Order: sequence, then structure tokens, then C-alpha cells
Amino acid sequence: MSLPAYATIPERILHTLYLIVCGLIFLFLILPILIIMPLSFNVEPYFSFTEGMLRLDSDSYSLRWYKDIFTNGMANPDEPVFSKWFADSWNNSQWVRATRNSFFIAICSTIIATALGTLAALGLSQSEMPARSLITSLLISPMIVPLVITATGMFFFYSAAGIAKTYLGVILAHVTLGVPFVIITVTATLVGFDRSLIRAANNLGANGWTTFRRIIMPLIAPGMISGALFAFVTSLDELVAVLFLADVEQRTIPRQMWSGIREQISPTILAVATILVCLSIVLLTTVELLRRRSERLRGITPA
Amino acid sequence: MVASASSIESSSTSGVIVAEDGIPLKAKLARTTRRTRLRALLLTMPLLLFLVITFVIPIGQMLLRSVNHTAVVNVVPNFAVAIQDWDENDSEYPSEELIKIFVQDLARARKVREVGKTVGNLAVRVNYEIPGTASIFKSAARKVGKFEDENYREQLFALHKKWQNPNLWRTLKRISHAYTPSFYVAAIDRQYDEQGNIVKKPEKLSIYVDIFLRTLWLSAVITGICLLLAFPISFLMSVLPLKTSNLLMIMVLLPFWTSLLVRTTAWIAILQSQGVINNILVWLGVFGDESRPQMIYNQTGTIITMVHILLPFMVLPLFSVMKTIPPSYMRAARSMGGSWLYSFYRIYLPQTVPGIAAGTLLVFILAIGYYITPAIVGGQDGLLISNLIAGHMQQSLNWSLAAALGSILLVIVLFLYWLYNKFVGVDNLKFG
Repeated sequence: MSLPAYATIPERILHTLYLIVCGLIFLFLILPILIIMPLSFNVEPYFSFTEGMLRLDSDSYSLRWYKDIFTNGMANPDEPVFSKWFADSWNNSQWVRATRNSFFIAICSTIIATALGTLAALGLSQSEMPARSLITSLLISPMIVPLVITATGMFFFYSAAGIAKTYLGVILAHVTLGVPFVIITVTATLVGFDRSLIRAANNLGANGWTTFRRIIMPLIAPGMISGALFAFVTSLDELVAVLFLADVEQRTIPRQMWSGIREQISPTILAVATILVCLSIVLLTTVELLRRRSERLRGITPA
Repeated sequence: MVASASSIESSSTSGVIVAEDGIPLKAKLARTTRRTRLRALLLTMPLLLFLVITFVIPIGQMLLRSVNHTAVVNVVPNFAVAIQDWDENDSEYPSEELIKIFVQDLARARKVREVGKTVGNLAVRVNYEIPGTASIFKSAARKVGKFEDENYREQLFALHKKWQNPNLWRTLKRISHAYTPSFYVAAIDRQYDEQGNIVKKPEKLSIYVDIFLRTLWLSAVITGICLLLAFPISFLMSVLPLKTSNLLMIMVLLPFWTSLLVRTTAWIAILQSQGVINNILVWLGVFGDESRPQMIYNQTGTIITMVHILLPFMVLPLFSVMKTIPPSYMRAARSMGGSWLYSFYRIYLPQTVPGIAAGTLLVFILAIGYYITPAIVGGQDGLLISNLIAGHMQQSLNWSLAAALGSILLVIVLFLYWLYNKFVGVDNLKFG
């Protein structure tokens, strides 16, 4: 944004001030996420910058908290044979176990949420859909209803059904919470979807499944993948349902961080957080690329 | 379709257009429409069914639990029915006959181990109404087996003087129903007095209404700050060339994609008394080393952290609306002599209202249900209603009260969601 040549001096000053304010707001958004990265390399068990770190003294930085992710909870962290050390870490390290749980739950719930959500979005985007707005608002509502209420309801119901404190219970809960994101992203891809393509496919003799696989699917694939990634991140980041529904067996990364923050606060959490931030950068980049690809596919080229 | 269209000329004499197979075209069209409608509905059916089972029914059950508490009816079933005939205005205590039923029910219940039907459950239920009475039920259940078969009232009253409190029996009569409003009464800081009227709780014991009001107030503050911060940057991104605005958008979306706990942890590192900001302030000499301001584990911490977490939800709808406003409108207003402020207020601002409505409603809805962040950085005065609900679920185990508080919160949220649907439309929800 540039000022026109006729701008007066007070206008120029105000404009500069405005840009400074905007810069500060962007800093407010991004700085907290960046600041944990150097802190996670702290050699001391503190959450703050030590004087050595400010002097960029290499002795004040270390990877000990990253090592701690793998060794915390191990039977013998100093095992010299790597295969044994690895097996020990894989089975006993709290963080490694939590990561395995998180990914297992997130992958399962993403697959179910994407399948169900895509189907529903296909139905919702048809102009003949009856009671569309009612059904849409119902399907989106898991995102709106406070998590504590959802988790409380699920706790009673799943306990009665005998699936509380099991993987199945947590996965079902995460599917429910991830579905709105899939619907929103896939529906957004279907806006402006050229329906005559479907008619053309039918006209050329394709049945419903072939039409879906060969015509619809490739066009909505970017939306589906973005939706799946949203559902994946939702599950990976979800804590309230896990607090209510999961047992020690199903501890996930957020659950482990939660007890870490509340009980034994150590920079290991910052190390985990740094890794998670890197993961979200990768995911965000993927989604952004997919969005552009989808726009290109649908012929909406950026101006 | 093609075939039926070609046979339109063969319309019958009555003037109704009939297809090749003799069925009126209108009926055929209706059938096709019905079929496509059904197909659309069928596509949404699997998810709809799934959500009804995993989401709608559980929440419905929770709503039911807030008015349904079966401890009294299950533990002392005969007494619960019989006591309804007792008129508390006629006599101070129920009759000898009634107390005999009570004692017999209690003696039988002592052997029950089934969850929800033990004397312990009854004791807890009465204890909600009259604190400090749980123990007399448990000890009475142990002793009633040895009662002699006469003068039940005398023997029971001799166990503990609390049995002689007429209010205990009046309360027992009141809660001897499967359905009870008493958890809602408790949820709005009211209680029953000795005459059974609903009255205000003493100031010291009233917490829920205050916390509800605080939740609404803090959510409004957070929403307001989000709007103030989101407006300038959304505007900036909407007027910048696409390449630059995409880059800035990443700075908005990255926090959005980052784990909630990571962001909350980051704010602990920044705001705590040995944290980054405090260290800078002390280094600058704004504060002495001893008088570091407390910026976290209180309301300030909750507000700052939640603004950071919810800001993207305000920026995204604002930005998508501002993007569509042609810059020429403002230029036209200026060229007609409006000052910058006047043109902004009269021309630009009204056009951003859809975005403002969408953003504020969404942020407010999300804020009033927040649990994790206030629990970590809220301390005492930064707690929200969700934290109390979770506390009753996990610590005090008063599940019916948790359900009643949750239902009230749910009604507020659903009302706001309805507003959102009415003014914004749920189809307009987008991320990135």
C-alpha cells in the first residue's frame, strides 16, 4: 500500500504509525511461536534466557532436552547397543509412547473423518439437498459446542457403552471433532464445481462410482487432503476429550504436555513444542500449496 | 430424459403433457427430483448417523442427567413413594409407619453393591442438599439391621440428633423423585430454605452466577481486543499486492496451525515472573528486581493468551470480506470532499460489517467455551465456567451439577450459533 503523491505530511506520519502498529500486531502473532525455539536449546532447566545464551555462548546451548524426549522413562538410558537402546526408548520413553499413541489415534480418526466428511460434503453441495442449512449446522456443531460439554456427554455415554478408556472411544471422539473441518474445506472446493462434468461423464456411459473416481475425486482431491490435514491436526492437538475419555494407556502428546506443564515443568516441553511448530510449518505449507493447486484446477487464477 | 422430451408432442387430449410411457411429465419430473433429493440426503446419511450416535445422543443424555437423579428412588424405593403422602404442614416428622419403611429400605440397600444404588449414593445426594449429613446415612445403614421391631422412629432419632431435624425429612420428601430441578437451582446460586422456597444462597457460597458473568465479560473483552487487533492487519493485507499479503497471511495462519498447548506454553515462557518480558522490563529499569509484575496465572494471562489463540479466527473472516471491497469507493468518497475519517466511517466501515459480525460471533462463541488455556494460565481469577464444569466432573464428582452448568452454557452457545447462522450463514465459514 503506497500513499498517493498528494498526501499531506500528517497523513504520511499517520500512515507510518499505522504500518508500525500493524508490524507490532504481526510480531504479537508470530513472536511467541518463534521464541520457544531458542529456549528449547537452553542448557539450564529454566524457561528463560540465561546470560550465557544472550552472549551466544555455545556452552549455554545444548540438545539435552531433545535427548530427554527419547530417554525420559527409559529403563536404561545409557545402554551402549543402539538396537537395545532404541527398543527401550520405543517401549518405555513416555514421550515416544505418547507420540505413537497420538499418531495412531490421529491417523485412524483422520481416515474415518475424511471419508464420512467428503461424502456428506458431496451431498450438501447438491442444489437438491433438502433441509441443507439445518443439516449443515448440525454437522458443523461439534466445532461450536464447548469441548467440555462434548467431552462430558461422551464420558457418560461411552462409559455406559464400555468404550471409555479405550482407543476406540478416543478415536470416535476425534472423528466427531475433526469432521466439521473436512466438511468446511471440501465444501469450499466444491463451490463453483462444474456439475456439467458429471452429466458429461454419465452421458458417456460412466456409472456413479466411475464418475466419482475419475471425475469428481481428482478435482476435489486438494480439498480432501486439506480437510484431512485439518482433521489430523485437530486430533493431534486435542486434549479435552483425551482428558475425559483416555486412560494412561492412551496418553497422547497434548496429554503428556498438560501434565508436564502442571506438574514437572521442564524445557523438554519446549523441545517437544519446537518439533510440533516445525510440523505445523510443514502442514501449513502443504495446505497452502494444495489450495493454490485447487484454485488452478478450478480455473480461479490469482489476480 | 431425452426420450421423454422427444415425446412431448404426443400430449393427451386433456392438455396434460404425457411422456412416452403414458405417465404425465410433471409426475416424472417430480419423481426424478425426489430421487436426486434422496441421493443427496443419502450421501450425508452416514455422517449424520455417526454424529447422532457419538455426539447428539451423548449430549442429550447429559441434558437429561441434569434433571434426573435416581439415587433416592433407587436406594429407598418404597419410602420414596410412601413419603409423598406425608403432609409436612400437619406434622413435624413422618409417621412411625413411614419411618419403618425407611429403615427397612435402608437395611436392604446396605447389601447393594451396584453403582448408583448404594447407601453411599443416597448419602451423597442428600449431602448436596444439606451439607454434613452424608455420615449419618452411612452409619445408620450399618446399625438399622440391629433395630428392634418397634419404635423405629425413636431408635433412629437416637442414633444422631440430625435425624431429629424436620428439615431433613422435608428435604427427603422433596428429592424423592427421579426428576428434580435442584441442580439447576444450585447452578444459579439458589437453594431451598426450610419451607421449601427457592432463595438466594449466602454471598460466600455463591460462585456460579459470578463465574458465568465473568466468562461472558472476559469473552467480550477478548473479542473486543481481537477485533481491535485484527481490523488494521486485515485491512493492510486486503490492500497489499497478493504476493505480500500471502506472506503476511502465513504469519496469521502459522499460529492457527500450531498446537494450542504449544502457544500456551510459549506465553508462560514470555509472561512468567522470570520470563522474557519481565526480564526485559527489569533490564530496562522499569521495574525493580523485587517488584516484577504478575502477568500470568491471573486474568491478564488468560486474556493475553486467548487473544493470541483466537486472533486468526477474527482475521480470516474480516480479511475475506475486506478483499471484496473495491478501493475506488474510498477514493470516490475522498474526492467528493469527505475527510479520511468521515469516508472511512460512512463508506468503508459499513461494508465490513458482515466480516465483523462473522468474526466477533465466532470468537465469542469459541471464547466462552474455553477450558485448557484458562486452566493453565488462569490462576484463580482467570478461570471460566468450563473449568468449573470440568472440576465437578473430575474432582467433586457432582456430575448432575456439572451437567446442569453445562446445559446452561450449551443454551447460551446454541443461541449465539443460531445468531451466527441467521446473520452470517454457516456456509461462509472458511479457513485460509
